[in-house]
Amino acid sequence: MGVLENSLPPNMLFTTVDKFLNWSKKSSLWYMLFATACCGIELMQAGASRYDLDRFGSVFRATPRQSDLIIVAGTITHKMADRVKKLYDQMPSPKYVIAMGSCANTGGPFFKDSYSVLKGVDQIIPVDVYVPGCPPRPEALIDGIIKLQQKIMEKKNLVKS
Amino acid sequence: MEAKDIHQLLVNRFHDRIKDFQENTFPNAVVVDGSSIVEVCGFLKNEPGMEFTSLISISGVDLKEQSKLMVAYHLGSMQHKHKIVLKVETDRNNPHVPTIEMLWRGANWYEREAYDLYGIIFDGNSDLRRILLPDDWEGYPMRKDYVYPKRYHTWNV
Ligand code: SF4
Repeated sequence: MGVLENSLPPNMLFTTVDKFLNWSKKSSLWYMLFATACCGIELMQAGASRYDLDRFGSVFRATPRQSDLIIVAGTITHKMADRVKKLYDQMPSPKYVIAMGSCANTGGPFFKDSYSVLKGVDQIIPVDVYVPGCPPRPEALIDGIIKLQQKIMEKKNLVKS
Repeated sequence: MEAKDIHQLLVNRFHDRIKDFQENTFPNAVVVDGSSIVEVCGFLKNEPGMEFTSLISISGVDLKEQSKLMVAYHLGSMQHKHKIVLKVETDRNNPHVPTIEMLWRGANWYEREAYDLYGIIFDGNSDLRRILLPDDWEGYPMRKDYVYPKRYHTWNV
């Protein structure tokens, strides 16, 4: 540490403001309880004790007002789509979206000849990470969350890129 | 009781308001005149020996070739373990069938579903509006000549 050695209290860390902001965001990704179909079961499993999503700082909230992340887990119908958009709009920024499973990504098994299913949630809200699978296993979702955390860490808040 | 015995009983009681008996469907079906469906259902529900206490489902069918729509009622009796299907035909361009909500309350949602997907109007239903599709959806998707819309609100269908 050279000249600074012993001149600072022992509980001090050095970092950049950007890194600090990003680190705090990625470590508290509160996700909104939002599941509409079978993928929701895997989401619940990911949150339960076996896969323990909490250890990534990710806990669920039952309201959009306190959520940073919406995991769209399940089939979205046209009737539901307006509600999804409304919930997303109610979340405070910065906010993130994970599309979980084929239905949320593209309409999944209901892609062809279905009058009722939205063909991908990215038609109404911007998606940050797509998790493939029908349904994806909890590991895949956790991988998606880690990917999102990496993405958040790369964000430039104050520094010009 | 066998379906054909039930059919016979209905014929004895309602005469020409009971039309065909369809033997090669499972469970066997009885075609009933639309205006009598409430009476026939009431009879099947309340008559001792029949006791069809359970309305299993109501579904719509598009008989486009005959320019008709059909409603199929699946009834079951917990007590006697027998089943029957009643069918009612109606004009495809002006489909009206009386509601049977007063007999089985569950009919309310089944009828809404048939209305939502086939456009069959159940006269007397206390809350006939779409149930699966959005309220402002146009057309009835289960009809054979339904054309998919390209867009709905701001997104592609
Ligand atoms: S992607 Fe598969 S598992 Fe997930 S909601 Fe759709 S059908 Fe269900």
